[in-house]
Amino acid sequence: MEVHAYLPRSPWVRFRASRRAMLCLAVLGLELLAVFLLPPLLGLEPNVSDLEAGFWASPSPAHWLGTDGEGRDLLARLLCGGQVSLLIGLSAAAISTALGVPLGLLAGYRRGLWEFWIMRLADIVQSFPSIVLVLCLVALTGPSAGNIVLVLGLLGWTGIARLVYGNTLTVRDQEYIVAVRALGAGRGLILRRNVLPNVISPVWCSIPLRAGRAILSESSLSFLGVGIRTPQASWGSLIQAAADLTVLTGRPWAWLPPALCIVLTVFCLAGIGDGLRDALDTRSRRLPA
Amino acid sequence: MGRYIRRRLITAIPVFFGITLLVFLMVNLAPGTIVDLMGEGASSGADRAALEQALGLDRPLPVRYAGWLAGLLRGELGQSFFYDRPVSRLIAQRVGPSLLLTGSGVALAVVLALPLGILAAWKPRSLWERLASLLSLVSFGVPGFLLCLGGIALFSVTLGWLPTHGMYTFGTFTSLADLLRHLLLPAGVVCLSSLGELVKQTRAACLEALGQDYILTARAKGLSEGAVMVRHAFRGSLVPVLTTILSHIPHILGGSVVVEQIFGWPGMGSLLFSGISQRDYPVVMGVSVVTALTVLLTNLLLDLVYGLADPRVRYGKG
Repeated sequence: MEVHAYLPRSPWVRFRASRRAMLCLAVLGLELLAVFLLPPLLGLEPNVSDLEAGFWASPSPAHWLGTDGEGRDLLARLLCGGQVSLLIGLSAAAISTALGVPLGLLAGYRRGLWEFWIMRLADIVQSFPSIVLVLCLVALTGPSAGNIVLVLGLLGWTGIARLVYGNTLTVRDQEYIVAVRALGAGRGLILRRNVLPNVISPVWCSIPLRAGRAILSESSLSFLGVGIRTPQASWGSLIQAAADLTVLTGRPWAWLPPALCIVLTVFCLAGIGDGLRDALDTRSRRLPA
Repeated sequence: MGRYIRRRLITAIPVFFGITLLVFLMVNLAPGTIVDLMGEGASSGADRAALEQALGLDRPLPVRYAGWLAGLLRGELGQSFFYDRPVSRLIAQRVGPSLLLTGSGVALAVVLALPLGILAAWKPRSLWERLASLLSLVSFGVPGFLLCLGGIALFSVTLGWLPTHGMYTFGTFTSLADLLRHLLLPAGVVCLSSLGELVKQTRAACLEALGQDYILTARAKGLSEGAVMVRHAFRGSLVPVLTTILSHIPHILGGSVVVEQIFGWPGMGSLLFSGISQRDYPVVMGVSVVTALTVLLTNLLLDLVYGLADPRVRYGKG
């Protein structure tokens, strides 16, 4: 009889065992490296017009992806736009998590009025299609990278809070929590040491998805002209050029690379999220085929 | 049942006030007052004061909120700065096209998603399952505006089949065929962006139903596998699938904002967008509050229907 020689132990070992998740992580890592290291290494200037190359130049050795309507190097803009898009996505997800976890814990553990008001606040935010609120708030506060991060981060906490809240409700009355409470531990200590570790796993899986959604929201905003604006670039704002039908079909090199970057990044984030779910959550294994 | 309705209404009331307050504060606390934008010609203090008084901006914030809320409850949303017409009438004009677009898109998605989800659950590791997971990846990962651009590039520019803008060809009589031609691309995008999630949920619900005892019974009766799938597993999974469809309403409405804007579809989304770009605050407030209240009302009705249909919901914790 064959015995499994390999019993995965820690979540990280299990995560590494998933080829798809590791591939996604590697691609995302490479993307981050490229976006932050290549511009200084290659001496790329995203905001300098090359008048010799001209406007809307085709790809050439001097400009690998050609130039835009103002003669700026599109590769430089792609990479610098990537910095903006990735940073916005990741920091918005960080803010949402930093808000959602404590709020969910409070609502689930203290219940009563805390539960009522925190969950009503989540209901209020979730009554709006997220793009509607994001669109209004960013347009009204002034479109800038900082405001986009704040708005996306401040509005994105509801999903995470609901996740933490639901799990906290099931954990709070279990015997080990009651035991710690009987031993006289304070509320903060119980929440941090006993509740949090037991409710946090699904949060780890949803952080990459949150970041993916934030990147998608930012790119939609910037595409519509209410997000990142020229001279600054983001992947979404670069695709704005394709609203012109001659660029859309005549110069695909101008907008396809940022479009592919967005899709690739979000796919990778989703893959990492799936990998984390499989690695952390032993209960919800794939349904039997 | 009476207690359940009361409890559910008590939770909806603060959400109603929260939604209205959020919309009101969002617009009224934003930097740059309306007077700054409207009164660019009127730079003197007296002119500004007169304009503020005309717009009612000199009153304190709570008074203005109460006034706006009272109007909202009467169905009056104020006067649009740009169109110089009541916002409620603007919205009434735009609701139809929006419903047509999202309705046809979602209906198409449901029609495609149900068989695909069933097939993916029935035949694991088949082409269907791979198609289902590809679709859910596309729905999650490809932003709506890229789907729009792809559709335009392929069907409008390259093949020249479909128009890229509006609801009717300009200057023609409104014919159904023309409307359908204009509807096809935007509705296709709305469909594609909600299709993946629906397929995923249908498949999951069918798989879940397949594990139930009544499926075993159906098989034991000697029913064919197809009859088991469609008549039992699928019917057992209808409720979760319906829930998914309805819980996606905000998401679908949001997605159609982008689609309407790109295709110049004269719906609520493009009205909101033009309100934002023209700083037409009454329009922005009106559209966003009506959208959010629609979602709130749908959720409320849904919960009441569930309560009626399933006693466990009524007596469960809440």
